[in-house]
Amino acid sequence: MHSFIDYTVNGLIIGNIYALLAVGLALIFGVSHLINFAHGSVYAVGAYVGWTCATLLHTPLPVTMLIVVVVCALLGMAIERIGLRPLAGTARIAPLLATIGIALVLDQILQIVFTPDPRALASPLPEWRLRVGGGTIGALDLLIAAIGVTSAAVLFGFLRFTKLGWAVRATAQDRDAARQMGVDTDAVNRTVFAIASALGGLSGLLVGMYFNHIDPSMSFQATLKGVVAQVIGGMGNVPGAIAGSLLLGLTESYGVALFGSSYRNLFSFVLLLLILVLRPNGLFASARATPPEPLTGTLIAPGRPLRVPGWMVVAAIIASAALPLVPGIPYVLQVLTNAWLAAMLAISLTLVAGTLGQVSLGHAALLLIGAYASALLALDRGWPVWASIPAAGVLTAVIGTALVAPAFRLRSHYVSIATLGVGEIVGLVILNWESLTRGPIGVTNIPPLSVGPIDLDSPERGYWVCLGVLVLLGLMHARVLSSHLGRTFRAIRDDDVAARAYGISLDRYKAIGFAVGGFSAGIAGGISAHMYSYINNETFTSAVSIVALTMVILGGMGNLLGAVLGAVALTAIPEMFRFTAEYRMLIYGAVLLVLIRFRPQGVLGTV
Amino acid sequence: MTALLDLQGVSRNFGGVRAVRGVSLTQRQGEFLSIIGPNGAGKTTLFNLIGGQDVPDEGSIALDGVPIAGLAPERIAAMGLARTFQHGRVFATMSVRDNVLVGAHHRLRAAKPRVPGLGALAELAVALLRPPSVAREELALRQEAERIVAMFGERLTPRLDQPAFSLSYANRRRVEIARALALKPKLLLLDEPTAGMNETETAEMAGIIAQLKAAGQTILLIEHKLDLVMRLSDQVIAMDDGSVIASGAPDAVRRDPAVIEAYLGHSALGDASAGEAVP
Repeated sequence: MHSFIDYTVNGLIIGNIYALLAVGLALIFGVSHLINFAHGSVYAVGAYVGWTCATLLHTPLPVTMLIVVVVCALLGMAIERIGLRPLAGTARIAPLLATIGIALVLDQILQIVFTPDPRALASPLPEWRLRVGGGTIGALDLLIAAIGVTSAAVLFGFLRFTKLGWAVRATAQDRDAARQMGVDTDAVNRTVFAIASALGGLSGLLVGMYFNHIDPSMSFQATLKGVVAQVIGGMGNVPGAIAGSLLLGLTESYGVALFGSSYRNLFSFVLLLLILVLRPNGLFASARATPPEPLTGTLIAPGRPLRVPGWMVVAAIIASAALPLVPGIPYVLQVLTNAWLAAMLAISLTLVAGTLGQVSLGHAALLLIGAYASALLALDRGWPVWASIPAAGVLTAVIGTALVAPAFRLRSHYVSIATLGVGEIVGLVILNWESLTRGPIGVTNIPPLSVGPIDLDSPERGYWVCLGVLVLLGLMHARVLSSHLGRTFRAIRDDDVAARAYGISLDRYKAIGFAVGGFSAGIAGGISAHMYSYINNETFTSAVSIVALTMVILGGMGNLLGAVLGAVALTAIPEMFRFTAEYRMLIYGAVLLVLIRFRPQGVLGTV
Repeated sequence: MTALLDLQGVSRNFGGVRAVRGVSLTQRQGEFLSIIGPNGAGKTTLFNLIGGQDVPDEGSIALDGVPIAGLAPERIAAMGLARTFQHGRVFATMSVRDNVLVGAHHRLRAAKPRVPGLGALAELAVALLRPPSVAREELALRQEAERIVAMFGERLTPRLDQPAFSLSYANRRRVEIARALALKPKLLLLDEPTAGMNETETAEMAGIIAQLKAAGQTILLIEHKLDLVMRLSDQVIAMDDGSVIASGAPDAVRRDPAVIEAYLGHSALGDASAGEAVP
């Protein structure tokens, strides 16, 4: 029988663990205005280093902790060196995307080295439990609490009383002024990344021991929770991050007590959205403070896009359409069919992230909505597939736009966090709304593609359908971009203050942009559902969103043809070399990292 | 006749700093009003309050008799107010032509059908279908944009299709003014249009502003170059420390002891020499 005290203790312990993550994120954001998406990966690395020490080397706990701290601190310094320093002076979203690339690389290396299977990480502490009221507290709980409090105290002392701590605070307040006063801001960044990553790694070890379970997928959830806790407390606010973490831990714990454990994450992301919408500067910021982000979230490197002549595009479409006539290449057709589907998502994202400047990290959720809409319309309502797919496009446009609408007033990083949160919420709602979506079982026996009596279920016909739909969607996007809407979107991206001063309503045009993008992505999701015949809430995960973003950056943000090119390249290249799934994600991460660093304008250039 | 712009007791505080304190002013249709004052006097804050980029803590602002304090900037723009920004805010990745066309955004009629509740949807449908009326409107606006750009002579016309980030600083200021004119404003707010320009460029810009005035454009100008202000203005307001310290005819304001004190007491006098400020 669980008591209220048990849930409270559990919430505080989980909150304490989130705090170790969130404090690191807050420190990093404070000095560099970067949301370090690789933070969760450092945490996972900490857990695995701890597992290696404890299980293979049989080191005592204090030594294990020391090794974890040192390894993760070094890793943090490496992240700073690779992901942040070379990108100084670029768009603020660039280092954020670089850390996403680093995260992909680290996570995949963990998977390759330690396999994706979960491992047990037993706590070497004694098994006794202290009775408090109706509940109990164990030795590990006390250790976690002690480490949380100690690190907070040490951190406070460091920031308050040491010279380097002053330098960190000075850098956080005004980097240029600090530099003029002789503060080595690179050293400050390095120090902060080292401290933050040491705390993050320690947190990974403790969580592994707490649940007696570690696996490589723990990294992304950890990043999300740390970011949520930080947003609650206010970005870059260290005490706020601690308070936000405890609040998040308690909310989750009570939520689980009331509704069951599958609702845990739903609670955190709903809380995230509420905070972003109602108090984007965090719970503890003063109400009328101006938003700390004066910049819009663009990754637009000045430069001229490559002009691709129209006849080349037409020739490429004709050649692609003729490809199934070549005998004996079913594998190529299958890969390209996937590429056309990916390209539909990519043109959708390039419109939203590139042209409109709203860097969405949750775009895969639109695929999910489209896939479920079309599948359920066909199965439960008996709609023919040719009608359910366009309907899914419209539904996705409406639902997707409505879900992000509360985030329309946000800018830059906050848009990315909000879309990430919305994406997670969509997946969790699909998982939990069993009466509509069939919950974790997923939807089976989805009817194949067909128009009336014409069956389109052969590889060639599926290929033609995808290519044809992509061409139609591409023409639609091109038409929007060449109208006054195109320049209106770009005006919002370049300078939303000036855009408003010239009569442009941000809400209206962001809604139009998201609706057009949602339609294309919804169609892609709908077609996928009928081609796969089975979908569940994990058919399109956040990894798909990140891959789509990589495609878009590869082609050039806002560049329609570039998005198609990026989709084909990133779908086909890993296939050509027959990489396994782990290596494929590794390649995506590396490509993202290299692009951000060396060619942020992509292959065809930003538009 | 009501004033085109009417401010009564407008104040704005940032924390403990009172950036604008109880400013009142009225501007009639067709009048050329300039605001002068040392750096930090609150001129740009006042512009932000009028343009809707900021909201006053106290006081009222009316455009053409309609209260606008607290309205969203896009609503105020649609009522016929255009402004330029002190440090220039062109759309950097967009061509000169598109920058100017954005200025005409609120004048789009065919492209933005008025359908109650479904305006955005209708706007999208019309953009996709592109009926002849929309194509005609777009063509007319493009030609108008070229005419506006041609006002700046050979400075901008050859660069119509170049992205704004590739332009010189002075040219970016010109693009901003061209964009403001494309709105066909009832009231044009110019925030230091000649900042960062050399003498030739300043003279050229003064010529263009004089031309606009002659065409009947109502202009509210913030400017440091006093000779320009004195030559063009019907009325001048001097601000210091957030308050109006003098107002009236240009000559009277120039001779006002409080103005001389404010300028000589502060080191900043823009590009005008002290000899010009004190007769």
